[in-house]
Amino acid sequence: MALLSFLDRQHSVAGPGFSRWMVPPAALCVHLCIGQAYAFSVFNLPMTKLIGITQSAPEDWKLTELGWIFSIAIFFLGASAAVFGRWVEEGGPRRAMFTSALCFGGGFLVAAAGTALHQLWIVYLGYGVLGGIGLGIGYISPVSTLIRWFPDRPGMATGMAIMGFGGGAFIASPLSVWLMARFTTPTHIGVAETFVTMGLIYLCFMMVGSAIVRVPAPGWRPAGYVAPAQPKRLVTRNNVYVYQALKTPQFWCIWWVLCLNVTAGIGVLGQASAMSQEMFPGRITPVAAAGLVGLMSLFNMGGRFFWASLSDVIGRKNTYFVFFMLGTVLYALVPTTGAIGSVPLFVLCFLVILSMYGGGFATVPAYLRDMFGTRYVGAIHGLLITAWSVAGILGPVLVNYMREYNLAHGVAKTDAYNFTMYVMAGLLVIGFFCNLFVRAVHERHHMRQEAADALGMAE
Amino acid sequence: MAKHHRGTTPVHLVLAWGFVGIPLVWGVLNTLANAMKLFQ
Repeated sequence: MALLSFLDRQHSVAGPGFSRWMVPPAALCVHLCIGQAYAFSVFNLPMTKLIGITQSAPEDWKLTELGWIFSIAIFFLGASAAVFGRWVEEGGPRRAMFTSALCFGGGFLVAAAGTALHQLWIVYLGYGVLGGIGLGIGYISPVSTLIRWFPDRPGMATGMAIMGFGGGAFIASPLSVWLMARFTTPTHIGVAETFVTMGLIYLCFMMVGSAIVRVPAPGWRPAGYVAPAQPKRLVTRNNVYVYQALKTPQFWCIWWVLCLNVTAGIGVLGQASAMSQEMFPGRITPVAAAGLVGLMSLFNMGGRFFWASLSDVIGRKNTYFVFFMLGTVLYALVPTTGAIGSVPLFVLCFLVILSMYGGGFATVPAYLRDMFGTRYVGAIHGLLITAWSVAGILGPVLVNYMREYNLAHGVAKTDAYNFTMYVMAGLLVIGFFCNLFVRAVHERHHMRQEAADALGMAE
Repeated sequence: MAKHHRGTTPVHLVLAWGFVGIPLVWGVLNTLANAMKLFQ
């Protein structure tokens, strides 16, 4: 075990002269890789033809069966972030990134074996369970480290890393398609080989992140940084223990803030292609709709950095107020864009909405830090990720079922999403009030100094 | 306590940011090129 001691927190403390600007690339090494999850769907169609090659054979896997791979991975993302959050926090970022690399890269290798043997349960176990655990641990691993390195700009720092998660699919999608084309022959579809190659690439890439990440020495402060003499009302200097945070109303208010913001965004993200074509028949073609989805993904990624950075200036609570107020107006405006036939206005609404969807993810770690302190922010963030899992089900279900209901009741296809948009606007109004109820955490929840010292947390 | 006493040089920073930045920019440009189909 001494061999692995270099993974310990105490062996990753930065020495004099270490630049904190080395830490965001370390975090991006992990987040750019695990963001691949958003691009997993590029494997779905080829995996339905592994036996039939040119078309699906009866013994080939069905799309519905393959859809479970992503769902299992996202479930284990949320579960592992919640379960391993404290372990990640106490062991430090290097051990967490190293473990995440082994799980995520290893998950690809196991999935490759499952694909080669044509055993779907092995693919579920590999990419879904093992890869999903790598996703969860990797997602939260750099959060508190970045916040400690950037006490002056915590929103920007975590926004950069979480932007990487949004951008990972941009790399993974063309890379997967290119690799599959290289490994595919007239008698064989090269999914397993692509999995092996990507697993090894991601393993190496994430290991680089694990090697270069450092935690600041106790008491370190950026040059010239002086903590405000008069602390802001909603920014604590105390710490709240991870499981104590669950007993505060603030945690649950922020849980609902994230859940409602994500529910509204994820609902339209998944349906944007179909929705745009149905609202503007003949004007938005399938090719143009695919372009819209790409553009929305870019705004989703850019919004993570923009809004999280802005939150350092205007405050976390105000940033979410902007999301909920502006979001409500934009969702309510979407049916009007359809009615007046304005494609540019429709596109603009969706792009801003998607930027705020990404911004909601990226701003929440700094919000938690403001409320609960730095010590357990990564672990508390891990618990909060469950809001994403719930929203991941709620959003698409709301959009799909309301559309079906409207069509079944004779509503024209062009108007089938109108009611849904008003419901989404209503969800954001509820989110506004949840955000309004966020107050400073009562001091009875704060960790006492003796407990803090016992945990070696000289902040 | 760690013994990483060598300071970070500009070369380290360029290498680290290039390592993550180049793939990301490539992916973004690729996506942007596809997204332009919306306006064609």
